Amino acid sequence: MSEAPDNLKYAESHEWVQVDDGVATIGISDHAQDALGDLVFVEVPEVGATFDAGDAAAVVESVKAASDVYSPVSGEVIAVNEALADAPELINDEPYGEGWIMRIRMTDDDELDNLMDAEAYAARVTDD
Amino acid sequence: MPFTPHTDDDIQSMLAAIGANTIDDLFDEIPADLCCGPLAHVPERASEMQISRIMHQRAEQDGQPLNFAGAGAYEHHIPAAVWQITTRGEFYSAYTPYQAEASQGTLQVIYEYQTMLCGLTGMDVSNASLYDGATALAEAVLMAVRGNRKSKSKVVLLPDTVHPLYREVTQAICATQGLVFKALPMDGETGQIKRSALNDFAGEDITALIIPQPNFFGRFEVVDKLTDWAHDNGALAIAVVNPLALAVTKSPGTWGQKGVDITCGEGQPLGSPLSSGGPYFGFMACKQALVRQLPGRIVGRTVDLDDKPGFALTLQAREQHIRRSKATSNICTNQGLLVTAATIHMAILGPEGLAQVARASMANTKQLVAALTRLPGVEQVFDAAGFHEAVLRVPGDAQALLDRLGDAGIVGGVALGRWFPDLADCILVCATETKIEQDIQQYADTLATLIQSDIDTGVQPAVAYA
Repeated sequence: MSEAPDNLKYAESHEWVQVDDGVATIGISDHAQDALGDLVFVEVPEVGATFDAGDAAAVVESVKAASDVYSPVSGEVIAVNEALADAPELINDEPYGEGWIMRIRMTDDDELDNLMDAEAYAARVTDD
Repeated sequence: MPFTPHTDDDIQSMLAAIGANTIDDLFDEIPADLCCGPLAHVPERASEMQISRIMHQRAEQDGQPLNFAGAGAYEHHIPAAVWQITTRGEFYSAYTPYQAEASQGTLQVIYEYQTMLCGLTGMDVSNASLYDGATALAEAVLMAVRGNRKSKSKVVLLPDTVHPLYREVTQAICATQGLVFKALPMDGETGQIKRSALNDFAGEDITALIIPQPNFFGRFEVVDKLTDWAHDNGALAIAVVNPLALAVTKSPGTWGQKGVDITCGEGQPLGSPLSSGGPYFGFMACKQALVRQLPGRIVGRTVDLDDKPGFALTLQAREQHIRRSKATSNICTNQGLLVTAATIHMAILGPEGLAQVARASMANTKQLVAALTRLPGVEQVFDAAGFHEAVLRVPGDAQALLDRLGDAGIVGGVALGRWFPDLADCILVCATETKIEQDIQQYADTLATLIQSDIDTGVQPAVAYA
């Protein structure tokens, strides 16, 4: 059974968001990393890139698949997790901690309303 | 005997099983205006006997001329063992296989090929080949645009000294991808990229700079400075090279301070016969940092559960069977047999053998240029050092002169006016290691006779012998 902490918001496409002072930290869920298997490479965006909600922003590659990571919110990338370049397995080990992927300064707080809370996401994952 | 295994009944029952009426229904998502319909210009089928007769007639038209043309495809001696081994049943497939279909032997050949290519180019990683030199350059450009994430402009600097057909193909393939190609003019004295040409672009957002070595005219470019300029200006450096020349020149991985980012080129000089223009193969290699942007197959060496060495396709998440529309390329089943020949060719010649071929070709071209420029009205056009090709100015109509040489059984070179109006009276000549002194003398004597007859008949004014 995969974890989904209560303090985060979740997207249909399995990203999580934690908002702190208008900045969204984004990663992929425990369920997503488990489904992908051992990650071997993560392509993070450039700092300064801007995305609309739903844009492909990063790529996670496992031994069996490569998947886009979609930005759940609109805004500018202000930080990326450089540690993933040498240690993509951080996402497998700590999807909600050291395995974060990027930080985006949000331009529209209302977009958070389109995301699921932990309970809804857990139900969504069980349906899969 | 039919070569397709399905009977009409098989096809009907398969269509019925998936609820389609005709095979065309399977493609009904393609808009009608994009479908080409029946191919009216393709002739009716012919029997094997008819085809064989046509092919023999075509081959006879080629004859066995004494060949001094290069311009991207070169006549080199291929040891008989190369194709004897390549055409063994174990190797005999035109394409680069998927893992499930690949034998360890096939994978090992590709791995050895990649290793040799990396040795020649000084790069970290090679793929298992592309279609040809021109499409390899197009793939290298697309790769540079993906790989240079700091650059947003998609501006690629494309020198006029790059093979004109490579320029056409690259621009055609990249036309719909929003790339902007900007030409770098050539220096009329040296036949190299004009030194001042880059000044116009300093400080601009440039995605990539293409560096030919040798260039289309056989001249060596100032590759160290060009590579450093690219990196100083935030651009990736793409080398497009003759692999044979790399046996005697600096490998692109060592150009400038950091080496180029991507190297590509035409693999034909490594074991592929001229064969009326193809099939050939393209090669491509890059720095480790760009490996996930590299198109095509990559074979890696690994160990199995018992620690025994083995070979496997690797980094497959780049490719279309996993990454679908976002794959680095749709290249997959390409020139496996020619790569096999190239690997065996390189293995038989070895580094020293390749270097000998390169040096002999350079020496013969020098000798050819010396013999021809003794004739009235024939002069070498560029003064920069070169590999095994040179541009000569000839008296009168260059193409007509080549045609008359052709009548005498000599392919005397390639007329340049078609692509370079300033060089309308010039030809590009090449003498590889396959030419002996008598061949060069025969060319010189025949050309002397043609020029003398023009002078005698008043077609050409008399010119003093140089």
